[in-house]
Amino acid sequence: MPKEIDRDDVRRLVAGGAQLVEVLPSPEYEEDHLPGAIHIPLRQIDSRAGEMLDRGRPVIVYCWDTA
Amino acid sequence: MSPRAAWRLESLGFADVYEYVDGKLDWMAAGLPTEGTNAQQPRAGDIARKDVPTCGLKDRVGDARERAKAQGWDAVVVVNDERVVLGMLRSKELAADADEAVETAMRSGPGTFRPFVSLHEMAHFMIEHKVESAPISTSDGRLVGLLLQKDVLDSMKRKKK
Repeated sequence: MPKEIDRDDVRRLVAGGAQLVEVLPSPEYEEDHLPGAIHIPLRQIDSRAGEMLDRGRPVIVYCWDTA
Repeated sequence: MSPRAAWRLESLGFADVYEYVDGKLDWMAAGLPTEGTNAQQPRAGDIARKDVPTCGLKDRVGDARERAKAQGWDAVVVVNDERVVLGMLRSKELAADADEAVETAMRSGPGTFRPFVSLHEMAHFMIEHKVESAPISTSDGRLVGLLLQKDVLDSMKRKKK
């Protein structure tokens, strides 16, 4: 079950090597994304996650908020 | 959107998946840096005056007034020990009786804006509502600075040149 985390957890996990993934559409990612975030739009998770992400490291996903 | 992505990643075999539930809005509202095309544009938090004078609830209006005057300001932001914005003293409130407590003289709960708001949005709001200055605060209410309409317009003019 994915674990819900807050901003402080994000910073701690990223400092420890976690991969940060924004799942919003391209224009929103291009305008602003968290430092170092990888872009995999929600609809492309199935096809691209395997090649773009390391299964051996934690993964943090985010969008605008909880919606 | 992100809950679905997190669940899908787990089903694809990723064992250690987290969801940042408050997301990008929370990050930006905290004034933290971002990357991207907008990251190079100045925003409210970038040009807000960080040196705006502050005072506490229990201070005297007279002391706040002197502090403002000494620093060339006509506004003082009322904050607590955590720098959470509780009120504002503008010219009218600063003219109150010197011995009155800030707590009773101030304008309570002033509207604040987040650091990531674009200067274009701020200019539009400030002109339309005739707002000369507005406190900028993080999502947890802490003061970043006071944004002056004059600074917003000057910054936009410089950008156009």
